[in-house]
Amino acid sequence: MTAIRTENLVKTFGTTRALDGFDLTVETGQVAGFLGPNGAGKSTTIRVLLGMLRADSGSASVLGMDPFRDAVAVHRRLAYVAGDVSLWPNLTGGEIVDLLTRIHGGTPRRDARRADLLDRFELDPTKKARTYSKGNRQKVALVAALCTDAELYLFDEPTSGLDPLMEAVFTDEVRALRDAGHTVLLSSHILAEVEKLCDTVTIIRSGRAVETGTLGDLRHLTRSSVTATTAADPARLAALPGVHDLVAEDARVRFDVDDAEISGVLAALNEAGVSHLTVAPPSLEELFMRHYGDETVAAGA
Amino acid sequence: MREPWAGTGQLLRLALRRDRIRILIWFVAIVGTVAATVPALEVAYPDAAARQARAAILTNPSAVMMTGPAFGLDDYTLGAMVANELSLSLFVTVAVMSVLLTVRHTRSEEEAGRTELLRGLPVGHYAPATAALVHVAGVNLVIGAGTALALLGGGLEVAGSAAMGLATAVTGLVFGAVAAVTTQVTAHARAATGMAMVVLAAAFVARGVGDVIDSQGSWLSWLSPLAWAQQTRLFVDLRWWPLALSLALTVVLLAVSVRLARRRDLGAGLRPERGGRAAANPILLSGQGLALRLLRGTIIGWSVGLVLMAITFGSLANSLEDMLAEVPDLGAWIGMGGGDLIDAFAGAMLSFLVFGVGAFAVGAVLRLKTEEEGGRGEAVLATGASRLGWVANWFAVVVVASIVMLVLSGLGLGLGVQAATGSADAIGRLAVSSLAYLPAVLVMAALALALFGLVPPLAGLAWVLVAWVVFVGWVGALLDLPAGLMGISPVDRTPTVPVEAADPGPLLVLTAIAAVLTIGGLLGIRRRDIRSS
Ligand SMILES: Nc1ncnc2c1ncn2[C@@H]1O[C@H](COP(=O)(O)OP(=O)(O)OP(=O)(O)O)[C@@H](O)[C@H]1O
Ligand SMILES: [Mg+2]
Repeated sequence: MTAIRTENLVKTFGTTRALDGFDLTVETGQVAGFLGPNGAGKSTTIRVLLGMLRADSGSASVLGMDPFRDAVAVHRRLAYVAGDVSLWPNLTGGEIVDLLTRIHGGTPRRDARRADLLDRFELDPTKKARTYSKGNRQKVALVAALCTDAELYLFDEPTSGLDPLMEAVFTDEVRALRDAGHTVLLSSHILAEVEKLCDTVTIIRSGRAVETGTLGDLRHLTRSSVTATTAADPARLAALPGVHDLVAEDARVRFDVDDAEISGVLAALNEAGVSHLTVAPPSLEELFMRHYGDETVAAGA
Repeated sequence: MREPWAGTGQLLRLALRRDRIRILIWFVAIVGTVAATVPALEVAYPDAAARQARAAILTNPSAVMMTGPAFGLDDYTLGAMVANELSLSLFVTVAVMSVLLTVRHTRSEEEAGRTELLRGLPVGHYAPATAALVHVAGVNLVIGAGTALALLGGGLEVAGSAAMGLATAVTGLVFGAVAAVTTQVTAHARAATGMAMVVLAAAFVARGVGDVIDSQGSWLSWLSPLAWAQQTRLFVDLRWWPLALSLALTVVLLAVSVRLARRRDLGAGLRPERGGRAAANPILLSGQGLALRLLRGTIIGWSVGLVLMAITFGSLANSLEDMLAEVPDLGAWIGMGGGDLIDAFAGAMLSFLVFGVGAFAVGAVLRLKTEEEGGRGEAVLATGASRLGWVANWFAVVVVASIVMLVLSGLGLGLGVQAATGSADAIGRLAVSSLAYLPAVLVMAALALALFGLVPPLAGLAWVLVAWVVFVGWVGALLDLPAGLMGISPVDRTPTVPVEAADPGPLLVLTAIAAVLTIGGLLGIRRRDIRSS
């Protein structure tokens, strides 16, 4: 079962192509991470999925329905939290949580769940929204969304204002959602969060999906980092197929190698003699730097 | 789109919850004024002779601009008087209220991002705007009903009272619907309000000029929704059908609004945002540059509006001369010769244009509060700009813009008068005369500054003075208010140039008051906390 599917989605704002043939698939029950540099089109995608924006072309379906035409029916079954939450200044946090949950279609939940969430997020529901800090405004929206029992949760940088403790609470909540079989789409700039939570990851850049798959898949596609103390001639090593960015200091060399070429490189090292060797998978960070970084190159070109 | 109205009821409840105080204030202000006016008129004009004398002076163009089509002037009953002299201000007030409320609940919410919060819930595409309009319609009906009851309570007849109440509600509704369209056109709440206010001003001028052309309403009057409410001939020879025009226009405007809303993205206007400069030009970086840039649109909008109004008013002087030719006694009757009458007319129009300059100045000063609460004031101050410099530069821009607008109003008025009457020196004389109102405008602006500096949460109260200035200018004389109360209005204190000499006494007093308020505001901002949300 597919919870979210977009195909060849295009959305332009005047001359800006915010989405440029974007494909995304999220299966039911998955927690999908959504990453990309600033302005890549993450929020635009999510707002198309919510039917707030209307795509110029391409198709999108959410929970099997058209997100624009059936927006209301879709929204009954999902919950959404944006990264920049604006509240009514003279309502209290508690009132807003009740209001949002009621409009979502329940009676306001004064039950244990609401109290528990307020407690865990350390949110004082009696304060007027005008007096909340950015993080606290964010928490109001999170509590309201987590109070509702939805099939699909869309989070657009939901932790952008939260401190690390609160972020951990959020992480726990998402884990619980996953264990209960809910589907989650989470856009974030916090890689550790994505690494901890997400089954699959989609990287978007300039409105196109540049990478998609499980974290394992993504790592697989790429390069490993090698550090070695070796007698081998750095120039010869650098010339080997698949070796990139080699740096040599005395007898130590560091370089990246395409995973497909790794055995040839190991053979060359072995031949010259090696006294120390580490081969590490790329950290997510490196992975993203590479994807994000290319854009700077492309944009500069 | 399926279920485009889902959730409207809930949003309506939210709107009521948010506005309960605001509605109460509008209700008390409007209905209270009506309730107080009727008995006050009875006291001021106790018998038919007094009312008839009043009626005789209401046919000159400056009076017609500010009142209504002159029904029942030959038998000027209390009802006819209320209809003629109170109804226009009532209709304009509910129109302003409806525009403000509509924008507040539609584009402002959308611009702030709260509509996004709601539309992420099972809330239909049209629900937020529909809830806003039902809300505005409800408020108008309540105020209309209150008005009708207040008139009844004042002893006026039932049908006329009901009709005036309904006309009030329906006129508010029309302008709510106008705002429903302008909020679809632009992505910015301020611009949407401005556009709707321009429509209201145009309706006002069309009605006024139309009625000057023909005192019972010419074709031009009939283009104005304000006129439709007046054309019911309240308390004189009541007819209901003009209100159907208002309802029809409301329906048409709402249909247009829905049509515009249908395909548009949340948060967007009709056209995508354009890009701008990559780097600031040097003017933006000078001391007053930022204020000038942020206020640019407002200044241009008000200036253009005021000049157009001024020219229109000025050109009416012509019909004044015609009228004098027809009724030679008239000039003598109100104690003025021909030349003076034109001056008296110009003076009245000038004081009326000053309302606009004052409203601009107060609004522009209060933008400082918006800047501060939006956190942008903080950003400016954090760069090392002094608080005093930030506020003083801003205020200086407002003052200079106010001077320019006063002179432009005088020039426009003079241009109109000169074109209409051939008088050779009207332009220069009126442009200079207009500056007599500068101290009055400064008092209004400085009050806003003082409140902003000393008690920022109450800064909005500066609008009360503006409202009072307009109220006194409009119906103060009619109600025969005590001089003390009238004198709270700095415009009322200003000599009516060019008929009266610009006596320096009151002008100096006003300037001194403005100076004290300005200093208070500047000292206040140096001491208090900078607020941001
Ligand atoms: N209303 C709009 N008008 C014009 N351009 C827009 C609008 N909304 C988004 N854009 C542009 O579309 C592109 C994608 O924006 P989007 O907000 O989706 O990025 P994002 O991936 O969410 O970035 P971030 O990580 O900064 O939140 C950007 O180039 C942005 O400038
Ligand atoms: Mg974003």
